Amino acid sequence: MTNESELNFDIVIIGGGNAALCAAISASEGGARVVVLEGAPKFYRGGNTRHTRNMRCAHDSATATLSGPYGEDEFFDDLLRVTEGQTDEPLARHMIHESKDMLDWIAQQGVRFQPSLGGTLSLGRTNSFFLGGGRAMLNALYQTAERAGVEVLYDAEVTELEIEDGMFLSATFKSGQQSRRVRGRALIAASGGFEANIEWLKQYWGDVADNFLIRGTPYNRGSVLSMLLAQGVQPIGDPKQCHAVAIDARAPKFDGGIITRLDCVVFGIVVNKHAQRFYDEGEEVWPKRYAIWGRLVAAQPDQIAYIIFDARSLDLFMPSLFPPIKANNIGELAQALGLDAAQLSNTIGQFNQSVREGNFDPNILDDCHTENLTPPKSHWARKIETAPFYAYPVRPGITFTYLGTKVGKDARMLMTDGKPAANMFAAGEIMAGNVLGKGYAAGIGMTIGSVFGRIAGREAARNARN
Amino acid sequence: MHATEALAEADRLMVVCNSCRYCEGLCAVFPAMEMRRSFADGDLNYLANLCHSCGACYTDCQFSPPHEFQVNVPQTLALVRNQSYAAYAQPRMMARFFAGNDRKAAIVSLAAVIVFALAFAFGGQNREAARAGRMFYALMPHNAMAGAFGLVAVLALRAMVLGLRAFWRDIQAPTAQRLSWPAFWPAIWRAMSDAASLRYLDGGGAGCEDDAKPDSRRFYHHFTFYGFMLCFAATSIATLYHYSFGREAPYPLWDLPVVLGTFGGIGLLIGPPGLYLAKKARNPALRDAGAQGMENAFLALLFLTAASGLALLALRATPLLTPALALHLGVVMGLFITMPYGKFVHGIYRFAALVNYAMERKAHG
Repeated sequence: MTNESELNFDIVIIGGGNAALCAAISASEGGARVVVLEGAPKFYRGGNTRHTRNMRCAHDSATATLSGPYGEDEFFDDLLRVTEGQTDEPLARHMIHESKDMLDWIAQQGVRFQPSLGGTLSLGRTNSFFLGGGRAMLNALYQTAERAGVEVLYDAEVTELEIEDGMFLSATFKSGQQSRRVRGRALIAASGGFEANIEWLKQYWGDVADNFLIRGTPYNRGSVLSMLLAQGVQPIGDPKQCHAVAIDARAPKFDGGIITRLDCVVFGIVVNKHAQRFYDEGEEVWPKRYAIWGRLVAAQPDQIAYIIFDARSLDLFMPSLFPPIKANNIGELAQALGLDAAQLSNTIGQFNQSVREGNFDPNILDDCHTENLTPPKSHWARKIETAPFYAYPVRPGITFTYLGTKVGKDARMLMTDGKPAANMFAAGEIMAGNVLGKGYAAGIGMTIGSVFGRIAGREAARNARN
Repeated sequence: MHATEALAEADRLMVVCNSCRYCEGLCAVFPAMEMRRSFADGDLNYLANLCHSCGACYTDCQFSPPHEFQVNVPQTLALVRNQSYAAYAQPRMMARFFAGNDRKAAIVSLAAVIVFALAFAFGGQNREAARAGRMFYALMPHNAMAGAFGLVAVLALRAMVLGLRAFWRDIQAPTAQRLSWPAFWPAIWRAMSDAASLRYLDGGGAGCEDDAKPDSRRFYHHFTFYGFMLCFAATSIATLYHYSFGREAPYPLWDLPVVLGTFGGIGLLIGPPGLYLAKKARNPALRDAGAQGMENAFLALLFLTAASGLALLALRATPLLTPALALHLGVVMGLFITMPYGKFVHGIYRFAALVNYAMERKAHG
């Protein structure tokens, strides 16, 4: 049932994260009357931006919070490396060029930066960290947007989009017990991916997806994305793919955020529910490998695995939310984990026999490795022999999905016939697949959101004026 | 494991926060936390007293209520901090004074006012002269007054020094830190500058989303603190005048004790009510509701000290001198007696925590 009072704005923005707010601010700078439809309640506003902490922007020289220059070409090289070439080069280069201006622009919106966080020194040159993290950033953006006259509606889940031949006419959204319609001269979709929609994930993964944990917001259900794709917007990105890391299996189903991540794989071994190893834990430095472990664990029976290490490694990695499971010997540890004790002792025994310890150094690819073991452990291999013994259970933790809407440099959606949409734009995770076809580089999601959000707001405002 | 539920909750939160660290730029608490992987009671009491209750980490936190992780650092640390005042109180039996602190402080102060009033009524040597408003010490010999206040001051000071020692030992114990004198003096200097400017009251610049902007607590705290220090200076100079130069009160209006005392008194008339209102306007989720009585008692005593002192200045040449003096001396006596057993001690423990933080930071590079 639609409420009698219909709303009317120049620009309707769906979503409430970094991309949506940058779009809202930029559109109202362009003189447009803007409404933001945030599907979440006020506390959970902002989607996955709540869980972010930095953005990656190109810059020509060091700043108060960045330790050195990070040029456009270097940024693009990094992008090429993580995506293995799966990027739209002109669009990516355009984004990187625009990112240079973002640090100042974002700061003008009231967002504060600080030097890189403890434990993330490798990002100190490339990434700008938000003082107080992503939610602090959001609070500042909301304050600025509201001061500029942007109308923000919470719990406003969009249930229907009225689109005719690539032209947005209106959106219907939940308003309390009722539905309400808002007409607009332009639409900006900034409503994220579909990683919190387990049913959708199951289309590709089957029942395996029941064992996935969703690291971020439970509100990214992809309903707007699916409506757009069903109404002729061109898709981009592999629908089957998602960014998955191995996180603590005890984490809540949704919204466990950063604190359930585990950085200790490289210091131990990882076994499945049959107490058997299945991948080289020391293949590369952790920042280059953490993102493959979600998929590796997803491929194991029941999507569960256990990181096992001994007392010598306990303090080598960042602490996390849940304490490790602790035991005085391997038998007790197996019992605590529900694993076959004989098999676990056997796996650890074989591993220990194969270890060739050299000069252990957690900061480089050291020479501690295994010999004649399948799979091998190429670095940081040390015998697991010093009690007490520890374990973390891990499951796949889904960060985001890659499927989205295709856009051009002006953030305008493209229709399946290749023509640009009349008045529909997209920004943020919903179109990240254009730039990021695969993989991830820290802080790039926020760059995509801010840069395309700002462009979308500007272009939509121009569109609405004409 | 932990002495109280609040300490256990603080431990839980510090484990959450140490896994996240997004707030490390906001204040001193989070960098200090990062220097630890586990949190004993001493660590938690240290962190709690380092916290200035700015509230920024609450509104910046993705896990604050209603999130299931229920992370509320400002309120939990406020609870731990307020309980730590009782935990370190000396002598031990005085820990009980913190329960119903406002009522007890009011009774003590009122009793002191009555005692002075009775002493003046029955014990005054020269009430005629006093009635004519000529001499303070006609009502009470200076030595009697100085003796009474001196005794209370010495006892209060002793209690606070012993409390400080207990706190310092407790916060140093978990890290087995040894006091190094070359590191100590620069740390004192750093802590003085941090405390004098309330460096950590603004969440690294942005403050707390839920607070009025700008957060007026800094403004009113400066009035309160510097007002108090000016009054303290006025009293110290007057004592010096009396014993070293033989100059007795009352002093002329242009003289230092009166000038400093007047400015200090004005500060204490503005600061405490301002702080009271600013605190009252805060999001209750950030505060320890149980400690508000203690805070109000201290603010009220400071305000009354100033108000009665200024009234005394105005009335000293009138027949109202006697009640005015009884009121002022009684309130100041109440302030002195309750000093080690009320909100006043926050300054001592916070300063010690800042010194410890400055030393730790140096040691960790």
